[in-house]
Amino acid sequence: MSEKKKLRVATTSLAGCFGCHMSFLDIDERLLTLLELVEFDRSPITDIKHCGPCDIGLIEGGICNVENVHVLREFRKNCKILIAIGSCAITGGLPAQRNHLDLGSCLTEVYLTEPGLAHGHIPNDPELPLPLDKVHPLHEVVKIDYFIPGCPPSGDAIWKFLTDLIAGKTPELGHGLIKYD
Amino acid sequence: MSDTFHLDGVEVKFEHGQTVLQAALAAGKYIPHLCYHPEFKPHGSCKLCTVKIGSRTAASCTMPAETGLEIESGIEELNALRRTLVQMLFAEGNHFCPSCEKSGNCMLQALGYDLEVHTAGFRHQYPDRPLDASHPDILLDFNRCILCELCVRASGEVDGKNVFALSGRGATKHLIVNAASGQLKDTDIALGDKAMQVCPVGVILKKRIGFSIPIGERRYDQRPISAQALDDAPRKPAGAKP
Ligand code: SF4
Ligand code: SF4
Ligand code: FES
Repeated sequence: MSEKKKLRVATTSLAGCFGCHMSFLDIDERLLTLLELVEFDRSPITDIKHCGPCDIGLIEGGICNVENVHVLREFRKNCKILIAIGSCAITGGLPAQRNHLDLGSCLTEVYLTEPGLAHGHIPNDPELPLPLDKVHPLHEVVKIDYFIPGCPPSGDAIWKFLTDLIAGKTPELGHGLIKYD
Repeated sequence: MSDTFHLDGVEVKFEHGQTVLQAALAAGKYIPHLCYHPEFKPHGSCKLCTVKIGSRTAASCTMPAETGLEIESGIEELNALRRTLVQMLFAEGNHFCPSCEKSGNCMLQALGYDLEVHTAGFRHQYPDRPLDASHPDILLDFNRCILCELCVRASGEVDGKNVFALSGRGATKHLIVNAASGQLKDTDIALGDKAMQVCPVGVILKKRIGFSIPIGERRYDQRPISAQALDDAPRKPAGAKP
């Protein structure tokens, strides 16, 4: 009998801090159990640069620049199930706290008028992706199938969610694992 | 013989003058609620406590208990409605829980946990609501106000000071401070006031104690709000003196 086909999983961090990825690694030795069920496509774990067809995509961080939008769309195109993981992906999070401010004045204050920045200039290297006017949660740009809240969600929460999902159940976190902070 | 109604098929005794929510809580039956506070006259604005009586829905915090009522509360249809209400409250303010001092002691958040709300779902409005940090001991963060009016009532009815008021209508409704300058430093609010204790979310905050109890060790980190609502009347934060 053929071995059960492994699920292909891609992960990325957009306007996030990699905290959710660190928390993902906090599932510790359960990572080995997970690796019997899944294999990784594009992810900081594999260093594959573009996402191919996948069963599950996990995205940390919201959308703050043009490149984030492209990556998010690439994931949506390739992943059957797309999961927003962490506060930033779900609410915009800390980066979205600039949303009520004017982007131009934010950049001016950070790079030009802050004391000690007498010779500062606003970075304009063509390699840098253009920032968006506002930071957005993922679900405002593409359809998101599931959300794992938390800043970051604990390794246990991520484990519970993924194992529920892989087992074909509606993922539930429950008291102690569902956290917004 | 005492009067009774049925809540999810279970008999609940009530005293005259009690609302459905009051009678249910007194009988150890939880109905989710947010703007209701046991020490104040029900206000009926958040609708989290909505129950079904036959084909009608009603806010159980304002509905008088009556003999023979057949009330449904713990059904998926109502919990789905409650989830949507919580989601709308999250989307219309700026609720960044990871940086909120109230996180773990917040009723809105705890209801989200209990109802398994994983996302606000709606488009976030990201309103512009500047803080009032003018008072030496008290911070006002309007970004999280859910307009429950508890502070307004506590300040007026208990403290006799009328420090707060709601102004505007509909989508423009917002909390204001009753001072010519509009600033909290120009009111006679004091740390011991009732208005300092009633906010279910993180708007009215005592300065310099924000993270003295670490995140993860706070009230609703310990037990879900559905279990705690039955224990107590006033909502003491975890670790606070009685
Ligand atoms: S008031 Fe409550 S829901 Fe809002 S940010 Fe603070 S903890 Fe979160
Ligand atoms: S400040 Fe708090 S108590 Fe006052 S209306 Fe807003 S949410 Fe309610
Ligand atoms: S608790 Fe009844 S309407 Fe808010």
